[in-house]
Amino acid sequence: MAYLEMKHVSKYFDRVAANVDVNLSIEKGEVHALLGENGAGKSTLMNILYGVYHQSEGELFLDGEKLHIKDPKDAIEKGIGMVHQHFMLIPELTVIENVVLGMRENKAILDLKAAAQKFEAMSEKYGMHINPWVKVDMLTVGHQQRLEILKALYRNANILILDEPTAVLTPQEVGVLFKVIRQLTAEGKTIIFISHKMNEIMEICDYCTVLRRGRTVQTVKVSDIKDKQELATLMVGHAVELNMHKSIKEPGNVILKVDKLTYTNKLKVDKLKEVTFDIHEGEIVGICGVDDNGQSELIKCITGNETATKGHVTILDEDCTHAGVRHILDKGVSHIPEDRHNMAMIKNLSINENLILMALKKDGYSKHGFIDWKWVTKHNQELCREYEVKTPDVNELAGNLSGGNQQKFVVGRELDRNPKILVAMHPDRGLDIGATKYIQRRILAEREKGTGVVLVSTELDEIMELSDKIVVLNNGEVMGILDQKEATVEKLGLMMAGERMPGYEKESDALD
Amino acid sequence: MDTIVSLFSSVVRMSTPILICALGAVFSERAGVINVGLEGLMLIGALFGVLGSFCTGSAFLGAVTAMAAGLLFALIYAFFTITVKADQTVVGIAFNTIAGGLTVVLYRVLLANSGVSQVKGFNTVAIPGLSQIPVIGPIFFEQSVPIYILYFLIPVLAIVFSKMNIGLKVRAVGDNPVACDTVGISVVKVRYMTVLFSGVMAGMAGAFVSMGQLRFFTEGMISGTGFIAFATVIFGNYTPLGVLRAGLIFGCASALQYKFQTSGSAVPYQVWIMLPYLITILALCLYHKKSNAPKYSGVSFSKD
Amino acid sequence: MEQTNKNKVMQFLRGKQYPFIAIGVALLISGCIIKAMGFDPFLALKSLLSGALGTTNAWGETLIKMIPLIFTALSFSVAMKSGIVNLGATGQVYIGSLAGTLIATNFAGLPAIIHIPLALIAGMAAGGAYGWLAIALKNKFGANELVTTIMLNYIAIQFVNYMVSDPIRDYGATTALPQSRMVTDTAVLTKIIPNTRLHIGLFIAIAALILYYILFWHTTKGYELKVTGLSQSVSKYAGMNVKKNQTISMVMAGALAGMCGVIEILAIQSRITQDWAGDIGFDGVAVALLGGNTPVGIGLSAFLFGMLSSGANKMQMMAKVPNAVIYLVQGLVVLFVVGRNIFIWKSKKKNEKKIEKMKQAVHKEQVEV
Repeated sequence: MAYLEMKHVSKYFDRVAANVDVNLSIEKGEVHALLGENGAGKSTLMNILYGVYHQSEGELFLDGEKLHIKDPKDAIEKGIGMVHQHFMLIPELTVIENVVLGMRENKAILDLKAAAQKFEAMSEKYGMHINPWVKVDMLTVGHQQRLEILKALYRNANILILDEPTAVLTPQEVGVLFKVIRQLTAEGKTIIFISHKMNEIMEICDYCTVLRRGRTVQTVKVSDIKDKQELATLMVGHAVELNMHKSIKEPGNVILKVDKLTYTNKLKVDKLKEVTFDIHEGEIVGICGVDDNGQSELIKCITGNETATKGHVTILDEDCTHAGVRHILDKGVSHIPEDRHNMAMIKNLSINENLILMALKKDGYSKHGFIDWKWVTKHNQELCREYEVKTPDVNELAGNLSGGNQQKFVVGRELDRNPKILVAMHPDRGLDIGATKYIQRRILAEREKGTGVVLVSTELDEIMELSDKIVVLNNGEVMGILDQKEATVEKLGLMMAGERMPGYEKESDALD
Repeated sequence: MDTIVSLFSSVVRMSTPILICALGAVFSERAGVINVGLEGLMLIGALFGVLGSFCTGSAFLGAVTAMAAGLLFALIYAFFTITVKADQTVVGIAFNTIAGGLTVVLYRVLLANSGVSQVKGFNTVAIPGLSQIPVIGPIFFEQSVPIYILYFLIPVLAIVFSKMNIGLKVRAVGDNPVACDTVGISVVKVRYMTVLFSGVMAGMAGAFVSMGQLRFFTEGMISGTGFIAFATVIFGNYTPLGVLRAGLIFGCASALQYKFQTSGSAVPYQVWIMLPYLITILALCLYHKKSNAPKYSGVSFSKD
Repeated sequence: MEQTNKNKVMQFLRGKQYPFIAIGVALLISGCIIKAMGFDPFLALKSLLSGALGTTNAWGETLIKMIPLIFTALSFSVAMKSGIVNLGATGQVYIGSLAGTLIATNFAGLPAIIHIPLALIAGMAAGGAYGWLAIALKNKFGANELVTTIMLNYIAIQFVNYMVSDPIRDYGATTALPQSRMVTDTAVLTKIIPNTRLHIGLFIAIAALILYYILFWHTTKGYELKVTGLSQSVSKYAGMNVKKNQTISMVMAGALAGMCGVIEILAIQSRITQDWAGDIGFDGVAVALLGGNTPVGIGLSAFLFGMLSSGANKMQMMAKVPNAVIYLVQGLVVLFVVGRNIFIWKSKKKNEKKIEKMKQAVHKEQVEV
């Protein structure tokens, strides 16, 4: 019997079956990958192992013994540690306070000095030094992840679950992480590595279990696998269609110009440094980079949600650097924001009410300040039909829809305004493959109509498929702008890691 | 000199109920439970303190009754806000209304016609030796027992808050309950405990108001002290020592109010009554420092 | 089509039963407390009802009590819609009533048709300004409106007390209590039903309810305010000005409360005195919460609370139960309205059923595959 086994595990929520009859068996000391798309049930499965959820059916075994895990406390006691995708740290507390938080061994009066000594010895050992006395909100994302790993090790974790650990890291940091993983397995610790990035799995993992739509597809030995394509096929169930149908066309006039845009945030950090590019009619410009390298701020500056510190944003020949959101929207900019739930929709309003958010003052919607509900309802019913939003009727609360349908009506609302410029940030994040393809097709259709599109995504495949031009951001700076034809995963990867294309060197470097 | 001593001695007395209440509330607020119902809890404490003292003839038992009543009502508050997950602000408002009605009813039925106009209250006890120190002595050491207990409580609570395991849990729970859950802390338990503690403290604070000077209950006698305690926690930036500083400022305002009200100055006395309220607003406006306000303040926690 | 109509009815009814359950539970608990204190709860309820609805006059009094409740409730709801907790209706009522009184006790020669609206506008303007003060403090200095509105209540009450004690005091009055002069005849609100005190303020209140409905359910501005209240990030994303919208709401809220103050002075009090309105704003909060911030809900719950307060005196007389017990009832009603989840615990089982259903569906699918 394997070291850790999950047998016939299912987890049902009231609206979805997140896991169905999943089997997983892992040997001691191996790095075992859980591969699957967003929403394939990887995180749910691991949250069951960690005691955050309880399985609806199935059994867990550790070292041949049946596991009963009521809550994370039990899991920790059994030597299971988890580094969540969204870090579970308290930013207001110091590093060492975070480390000891909630430990059973804590005395009534805390001995933080002793704890810090032990912690420092440990961080020294794994080459992940962190000052135990600083507040966590002073740490970079990479350091926060190290802290999470150390926190689990401090609790004597033998099995370490890493949920999408590389999503927030630069390639260099990924390298450090992989080194630590190798050191840990050499010590006999077991790693479960959740990811949907195939090359990382090929690099670091021994075995890989593929999940699709909540079910186990297969467990494979990584060394037996020929190439990434094979894994991808397992993951999505059919060969990935690498090229969406896209016409060749000459781009039209420049409609959006970003000129030496610099943005300094409240903490005096330069999130954008002299970013320059422009967008033509009927052109898709992909913005690519590891999460939190300035994409969010760039979009906010373009859409008027933040004001640039220096530089200019020119929309349709008008300087809109200091314009308000309303003005920019009225100029014909549509915006699909990154955070659908908190920015684009209100769960407690009906679909009908959500759909009028942007066009409220347009003809038809209202007259002299009064909303024409009859017209609006009819129009929105049509819109839902056109954009394939599955709902009993438009009076349904938006919060009752599935994520895919929510995003479809948001996209529908934004495209229904016939934008001249479409700004879309992670428009298909967290959606299943059907909804993703649907939204990608819609974006391409906008391009055909002559709309200029800014597309932010961390998925290289998506960026490379859809974009005419690719802008690579690293640490708030443009590393280079590539034509779709010259873009390769390797090139983009290097640039995302901070390598500059010729012509984009730092001024100081150029002087040297 | 005497006026200064009497003024500062009055500052200590006026700060006490604010501080007792706010020192309790700082724990529950930090754990993420907003309690606008402090005013009502103090009112309950004020009535039950007098009732307890009236029935038993002992000020000590009166105080115990007040704290028990505070505990009971805090338990109901905790049940509605934490278990039932009702909106915390609204439950607080409801509590104030309930307390306003209930105390008046009980007072009219049980006390108003009892023929008694004063019960045993908290006597001033001069601490031998310490009270002989010039100026300091009469200001700090010729006070009633609850005030001495407060002297003891302030450092103890400050240590519990910043150095002890339970304090660490309290600070963590308001900031990121989900993270606390993943390291095995019971968010619900921590929140219940802090709300109950805050209830006991609010009950005691109320008893101090009714049994300190007047030694009897009057309708609506808390007149905003609970709200001021609520503001004290915000102004004190959610730490016990910050609360101490803020509470003393509000205490000063109250003491000055009484001083000027009776001194017959040219300024109408109503202005002096306004003083503590005005200073509270001013304090909230001038407060710009980075706040320790918990991120999940007022948000109920559920696992799924 | 029939289906959608049925859906609409179901949707309308969804969750509407809880206020009634809350009222029932609140009455039950209050009854137990009354019983425990040695009174007869049934006699109390009977005398309360007869005091509130027994005679034409009683009906009149109930409706009179409804008027300020509607206004203060609207004051809370309007602010709430845009995400501001206005606990300051009390202060706005006092300030509004003071301004209205100043107009109403002077200008004796004006025709009523000008005098009354003038007083009302003055009250609305003053109340609105006081509401603006609270939101300005929040927008400018980040002062928590929960606390500032309460503090502003105490300040407004003391300010009125001061004004009455000297600057606008009627020194010719026969009583020793400080009070202003009488409202002049031209400013007294017209009575609706003879032999009762019921006045046209009722129509103004109903008109306010209707306007509230039109604003929030049918206009673009009301929609904007609502979105602001539901999600600040969404309203920013849609290019709305959050601060401006909240300011508009608070000024409206203050104006409604100020209007309430003037109407009470012109129709019922006829002069302003110290502490004349008590903590009037908090009654409105209870009404608004029970009514779920909807116009019909507010109307109905204002009627209920109007009954409570107009019947309370008779209850005190007949059943000897102190009239303050109505605050206990009010508080409990609000508690059980916001704590409605207490009654929905059963739905946990429903949830399990749903999950079970999902399970079976999946299993079936598996067999088929």
